[in-house]
Amino acid sequence: MDYLAHIGVLIAVYSILAVSLNMVAGYTGFLSLTHAGFYGIGAYVGALMSLHLHTPLLITLAVAVSLSGILGVLLALPALRLRDDHFVITTFAFQIILVSFLTNWTSITGGPMGLAGVPHASLFGWNLSTQTDYLIVTAAVAAFAWGISSRIEKSPLGRVLKSIREDDRLAASAGKNVALFKILIFAVSACVASTAGVLYVHYITFVDPSNFTVMESIFIVSIVILGGAGSLWGPVLGAVVLVTLPELLRFVGIPSAAAANIRQILYGLALVACMLWRPQGLIGEYAFGRAEKQK
Amino acid sequence: MTSLAGAQSLTKHFNGVVALADFSYTVAEKEILGLLGPNGAGKTTLFNVLTGLLAPDSGDAKFKGTALLCQPVHKIANMGIARTFQNLRLIRRITVLENVLLCFKNQPGENLLNVFFRPGLCRRHEAVIREKATELLLTAGLADKANDLADNLSYGQQKLLSLLCCLAADAELLLLDEPVAGIAPEMAERILAIIADLPNQGKSAIVIEHDIDALKGIAHRMIFMDAGRKICEGVPDEVLNDPRVIEAYLD
Ligand SMILES: Nc1ncnc2c1ncn2[C@@H]1O[C@H](COP(=O)(O)OP(=O)(O)OP(=O)(O)O)[C@@H](O)[C@H]1O
Ligand SMILES: [Mg+2]
Repeated sequence: MDYLAHIGVLIAVYSILAVSLNMVAGYTGFLSLTHAGFYGIGAYVGALMSLHLHTPLLITLAVAVSLSGILGVLLALPALRLRDDHFVITTFAFQIILVSFLTNWTSITGGPMGLAGVPHASLFGWNLSTQTDYLIVTAAVAAFAWGISSRIEKSPLGRVLKSIREDDRLAASAGKNVALFKILIFAVSACVASTAGVLYVHYITFVDPSNFTVMESIFIVSIVILGGAGSLWGPVLGAVVLVTLPELLRFVGIPSAAAANIRQILYGLALVACMLWRPQGLIGEYAFGRAEKQK
Repeated sequence: MTSLAGAQSLTKHFNGVVALADFSYTVAEKEILGLLGPNGAGKTTLFNVLTGLLAPDSGDAKFKGTALLCQPVHKIANMGIARTFQNLRLIRRITVLENVLLCFKNQPGENLLNVFFRPGLCRRHEAVIREKATELLLTAGLADKANDLADNLSYGQQKLLSLLCCLAADAELLLLDEPVAGIAPEMAERILAIIADLPNQGKSAIVIEHDIDALKGIAHRMIFMDAGRKICEGVPDEVLNDPRVIEAYLD
């Protein structure tokens, strides 16, 4: 039971991350390789605040969200003057810088050793401790994040984002301030991603930089693409599949030393298979990126 | 006639190729100006300069007394200039209706805070523009396609849709780049009728078109250009009887 709840927590955490990335990569059509970075910012803010200030969960969340939102805007400001492919490189660079920052600022972040003994979260006087407690809270936050993404997708704002994905010149010619919309959705996405980090660090009670590297960012991108970029439920389905898939390996009796490698291969295979046979993802309607131009 | 927009001495080169050379024009309120010229004359380049997609090497352009050049594309659009593209641009993976809805100005629902904190306002405004959009589609004969993806329309219907988008934007000046080229006569007539009606709604248009008969039927005035230069201008009969125009179009 605890094991299932644990898997549930992981699915919820990755759903939050994938739903947040989907607003950028799915609706608006530009890729970010830095979502693990915002996940990490959430985790470190969560660890530091609860270690040193013993703040309740909602306060910690508010601080992590604000910080990520500000960083999201700052990162997007110069980057969005660039073409989309250059923007990907910028997010990649930010991701690398952030991890080396976390690894080297030892006095605050604990360096490569990380921070241990992070207290459990408290919510309105309720001290979360069991897997099930965390499942309830992370699932609730994931549902909230999904609600935000769904509300945006169905609004006129969502229509503008999709038009930017399909043809940013046409969107601009229709009077839409493309750069502003991109910065806005990137910041919202960063805010949402950081909540996953706060929840995760309270749950695991430990944080180190290895969880937030570019590999993790790529994993989040894989979830979105596999599930179906731009679709409402795709990122959630992608999280379910990519979190449970490696767990199944346990039941086949593969030794845990080999499992880690096999896992990477599995992700790679899933992604390649997806690109080959279902570019629109499991339940998406359209392939990632903009529509092919008709001849 | 009061002037709505104009430009002075626009010049644009692409690595030595002349696209615009000392080109000036004006268009009056409620006027339809036809723009003629052989391939590569610089007609599309003029539209790209006027809408902010291209910066000219020199020159000056105004719309309702405000300088156009150096303004970002979306600002120029929001001043009241809408355009269609020669190589037909639409948002292909959203519906026909959504393409029209997208082009309405000042939508409260495009603001993130309104989406979450003033949903009632967004919904009411959306209902209003939905009605207007449906009306536009209905009069243009596209109502039965409203919920199809724009990509699934025929070429002619797509051209019609891109014109409807300009109407939804409620722009005062429409820049139409070959609105009826390559489409069936019946559809072309529908499109021409909509363009011809623009002055009655207080709007002006500059229409690029190689089909001289089509253009003659709707234009109040014409400009013939070649190699980036204005060769002649005047009422259609005058321009079409100019020997330089006859030479360009008869071989
Ligand atoms: N982005 C560009 N880069 C380089 N050259 C360009 C560019 N756009 C236009 N040109 C060149 O400028 C000249 C004018 O092109 P433009 O598209 O304005 O002509 P046009 O009058 O619209 O022709 P057509 O009737 O074929 O559409 C052409 O020689 C063209 O090759
Ligand atoms: Mg042209």
